[in-house]
Amino acid sequence: MKKVVIDEAKCKGCGLCVHFCPKSALAMADRINSRGYHPAELVDEASCISCGICGRVCPDAVIEVFKP
Amino acid sequence: MKQVYAVPKSLRPVPTHYCPGCTHGIIHKLVADAIDELGLRDRAVGVASVGCSVFSYDYFDCDFQQAAHGRAPAVATGIRRAVPDAIVFTYQGDGDLASIGTAEIVHAAMRSENITVIFVNNAIYGMTGGQMAPTTLVGQKTTTSPRGRQPALAGQPLRIAEMLATIPGATYVARVSTTSPAHIARAGRAIKKAFQVQAAGEGFSLVECLSTCPTNWGMSPVDAMAWVEKNMIPYYPLGEFRTPEMPETPERGQANG
Amino acid sequence: MAGRKLFKGNEAVAEAAIRAGCRFFFGYPITPQNEIPEYMSRRLPEVGGTFVQAESEVAAINMVYGAAGAGARVMTSSSSPGISLKQEGISYLAGAQLPCLIVNMVRGGPGLGGIAPAQSDYFQATKGGGHGDYRLIVYAPASVQEMVDLTLGAYDVAERYRIPVMILGDGVLGQMMEPVSFPEGSEPENAPQRPEPEWATRGARGGRAPRIVSSIYLKPEELYKHNLRLQEQFKRAEAAETRYEEVRTDDAEVLLVAYGTTSRVCRSAVEKLRTAGVRAGLFRPITVSPFPYKALGERARQVKAVLTVEMSLGQMVDDVRIAVAGAAPVDFLGTTGGVVPKAADIVERAAALARHGAADQATREGIS
Repeated sequence: MKKVVIDEAKCKGCGLCVHFCPKSALAMADRINSRGYHPAELVDEASCISCGICGRVCPDAVIEVFKP
Repeated sequence: MKQVYAVPKSLRPVPTHYCPGCTHGIIHKLVADAIDELGLRDRAVGVASVGCSVFSYDYFDCDFQQAAHGRAPAVATGIRRAVPDAIVFTYQGDGDLASIGTAEIVHAAMRSENITVIFVNNAIYGMTGGQMAPTTLVGQKTTTSPRGRQPALAGQPLRIAEMLATIPGATYVARVSTTSPAHIARAGRAIKKAFQVQAAGEGFSLVECLSTCPTNWGMSPVDAMAWVEKNMIPYYPLGEFRTPEMPETPERGQANG
Repeated sequence: MAGRKLFKGNEAVAEAAIRAGCRFFFGYPITPQNEIPEYMSRRLPEVGGTFVQAESEVAAINMVYGAAGAGARVMTSSSSPGISLKQEGISYLAGAQLPCLIVNMVRGGPGLGGIAPAQSDYFQATKGGGHGDYRLIVYAPASVQEMVDLTLGAYDVAERYRIPVMILGDGVLGQMMEPVSFPEGSEPENAPQRPEPEWATRGARGGRAPRIVSSIYLKPEELYKHNLRLQEQFKRAEAAETRYEEVRTDDAEVLLVAYGTTSRVCRSAVEKLRTAGVRAGLFRPITVSPFPYKALGERARQVKAVLTVEMSLGQMVDDVRIAVAGAAPVDFLGTTGGVVPKAADIVERAAALARHGAADQATREGIS
């Protein structure tokens, strides 16, 4: 399981999680979800510190965060 | 793996109708977190208002009533009186609360109705397409202030938290922002405290949440947050304007935050 | 029946509501109904109820919405200008199908008007009042005792059809004192305990599914269905709850039609006409919504003329014409501005109708 689990289908691609991630571990994906948005994705799991900020700032409640 | 952030249980797992980056979603989560943490879901009755949050009853997993524009505090009063052990909260925008609903919010505070009001201030009418609100900043362009809000025509924006804090019945009044992880954490604590005040039967509580409207402001969600910090917070200072611990003083209503 | 006691109309309706199980009152002062909130503020705490003087009629009706949505038996009262302010909330109550009791002691209008009795809010009360496709159930009592009797059953009716009930009185009915008896066993402590309605929002206890009280249906086809449902409920009420009284109509050749205070004047006019040898009768709608179209239509077939008497410039007369449907000429005699019609004027007009039938309506209608 990844440290950051994103419900891509519900993501509206607002980019707040990417902006506030202190480790730049997230990015907007090139693909488009069924709602027509570029979803956020975890691109650098190694640098993710499981701080939970992405989950807290997500307005659409699509992100859950885990710590190994 | 240990979960460090989970979606609150008192939110339904459904997509919202809010625009991308709209902070309504963040505030919904904070309210649901408070309900979860305090174990209030079984007793909670929310009151949705008119505006973008009109459908909030679809997102919270608790009983809800949908109120007429501005009347949520009156509807909440009716529920409050009919169900003494319920946890009653309203969720209102700035058009709803600060414009058409000023009488209802002032008198709910005056009676110290034991309810919690979540007041979302994004300085604009969102649902109807970006018209000027009582909270619109001087100079801010909207669809009904195309040259920017002019005080000579429309007066100065209304500071609701400060105004309500002057009312003896207002037990807890705070203003928070939702524009950074640190602000969101503080907002969550204020909202939780407001519900605690109600659960303890201490009377009227209100948390004003400075919020964004990227769509009607014509900004990206990230830029909209920066705009709040640069423009709104200086006019709408953050802090607790009233807490149960504060002594009653003639200066009631002045911020200590 | 227990002993009879003198009651002012306003206080009687308040006591009757309490005996019907009302435990929450939200109101705002306005003449000529102030005795209702005053009585409630004194009496409700004695029976474990709650009185709140709201900041406005608008707030009061929305407090009613909140409490009704929580399944409580709740009431508000006002008079014409205040009822106008409540119309937004009444529309929402109707849309959300919330049972409640609204008392309207009508005064003269438009605008601030006067404080004397009137029946000029008939259209507002019976044709909707607020925005949207809905009807209320509206009772028009003609005495203090009848106000009590109708109020005692008002919540049962409101809850059966999930339609707000209005008691349509006026300044006379609210202010007059008459002997009243309350049925034995109707003391507040015997008020029926109502089980929690399956739609009431009181908190999703024990993990039950959340409930929503709302009047919003954004999809046209859903609102269409919803409004048909509201209409269906009203039609059920129309079939079972329509009420009227007939006085000496069996052989009547002239039929007076009047409700509330005006019907009292008409009742004495009927007796005077009978004494003068004119076969007059009175048809009195008790529910003005649903209106007793069928019964009035049937009665109208036997008469030479119908005379509608109102304290307005002609509102119920529209419903009378619909009911009579051309079976007899419909004449109208109205007073306005807080003036009560005189029996002598009614007698004169009715006697002329008996002699000549209805003359050219254009010349005969209008203020007496």
